[in-house]
Amino acid sequence: MAEGNNLFQLEIITPDRVFYRGEARMVEFTAQDGRIGVLKHHIPLTTVVAPGILTIQEARGERQAALHAGFAEILPEKVTILAEVAEWPEEIDEERARAALERAEDRLKNHRTEIDVARAEIALKKALVRLDVRK
Amino acid sequence: MASLRDIKQRKGSIQSTQQITKAMKLVSTVKLQKARVHAEKVQPYFDYMYRTVTSMLARSGNLDHPYLRAGSSRKKAVVVISSNRGLAGGYNMNVVRLLTESGIPKEDVKVYALGRKAREILERKGYEIAADYSGVVESPAYGDASAICRDVLGAFTGGEIGEIYLAYTHFKNTVSHIPTLMKLLPVEFQAAELSEADTGTLMNYEPNQEQALNMIIPKYVTSLFYGALVEAVASENGARMQAMDSATSNADDMIDDLTLQYNRARQGNITQELTEIIAGAEALS
Repeated sequence: MAEGNNLFQLEIITPDRVFYRGEARMVEFTAQDGRIGVLKHHIPLTTVVAPGILTIQEARGERQAALHAGFAEILPEKVTILAEVAEWPEEIDEERARAALERAEDRLKNHRTEIDVARAEIALKKALVRLDVRK
Repeated sequence: MASLRDIKQRKGSIQSTQQITKAMKLVSTVKLQKARVHAEKVQPYFDYMYRTVTSMLARSGNLDHPYLRAGSSRKKAVVVISSNRGLAGGYNMNVVRLLTESGIPKEDVKVYALGRKAREILERKGYEIAADYSGVVESPAYGDASAICRDVLGAFTGGEIGEIYLAYTHFKNTVSHIPTLMKLLPVEFQAAELSEADTGTLMNYEPNQEQALNMIIPKYVTSLFYGALVEAVASENGARMQAMDSATSNADDMIDDLTLQYNRARQGNITQELTEIIAGAEALS
C-alpha cells in the first residue's frame, strides 16, 4: 500500500479552539480501560478519554500533548476527539502543575469525605500527565 | 407654539441623551468584538459536538438509555439565556416570547434563568423559576456551564423534570441574531440530516454503551449550554449596539427638527419686532 494511504483524518477540538487538525498515521491516548492506539480502518468505536498523554504520529515525526477529559469518536477514515482540556508541552505551566501535584497529594493524605478523594485523584492524575508531557 | 427657551432646553436635553447613547454604542461595539471572537472560537466545538453525538446515536440502532427517553414527569425545564441589563432593544423580550408562544403550558415549565431580565419578565407572568444563575452571563466560562448542567441533569435523572429545553439568541452575524428554542433532552435528531454512510456501520462503545453515554451526554449538554451562552453574550452586545445606534440617529433627527423649529421661532420673533418698530415709527411721523 502506498505511504499516503495509511493516513486518516484526525481532529482534536476543545471548547476554546481547534487544537489539532490534520492527517495522522496513528494516534495513541488513554481511554477509561487503558491505553489505546488507533490506526486507519479501525472499527467504529466511541470511547471516553481519561487523563493521559496523547501521541500523534504524523506522516513524518511525532507530537505529544496532554489530554485530560472528553471522548473520542473513531471511524474507519476519521477520528474526532472532543476534549475538554488539551495542551501542547510548551503551553504547560510546570510550576503550577507541580503545585497542583503537591496540593493533590496533600489532600489524599488528609482526606475527609469520599468526594474529596475522587477529586484529588483526578487532580493528581492531571498534574502527573502535565509534568510527564513537559519532560 | 413653544417659546424659544423651551425649545432650547429640550434640544439641550436631547443632546446630552445622545451623548450617552453614543458612548454606550461605542462600549457595546468593543464588547461585541470581544464576544464575537470568543463565539467564533467556540463554534467548532459546538458544531462538532452536535454532529458527533447525532451521528453516533444514528449508528447505534435502538438505544435504551435514561437520557434518550422522555422522563415520566410532565414538567419541562427551560434554560432561558437573556441579559442582566436592559437597553438592548427587543433582545430580552424576543427570548421570553419564544417561551410564551411555544405552546408549552405555563404550569409545566420550570425556568432555569441565566440573565436577570428574562427572569423578571417570566416571574411577573407567573412562571416557576427553579434557579437563577444570572451571574454567569457577564463572562461565561466552561466551568459555569458544567455546574448548571449538573443541576439540570440531576433534576432530569431525579425525575423532577421530563424534558429539557434551551432558549437563547443564536448569533448569526453582527446584524442578525435569531432567537432559538432547542430541545436538548431526550436527544432528538432528524434522520434526514444524516447521509447513508453515516447510518451504515454500527457503533461500538467502550467501556460499554451505558457508561459511555453516561459520560458523553452530560458533556454534550454542557457544551450546548456553553456555546449558547457565548453566542447569547455576542448577540446581546450586538442587539445593544444596534439599539443604541438607532437611538443616536433618532436623537439626531429630533435635534434637526428642533433646530429648525428654533430658527423659525427666532425668525418669527425678529420679524415681529421689526414690524412693531416700523409701526411705531410710522405712528410718530
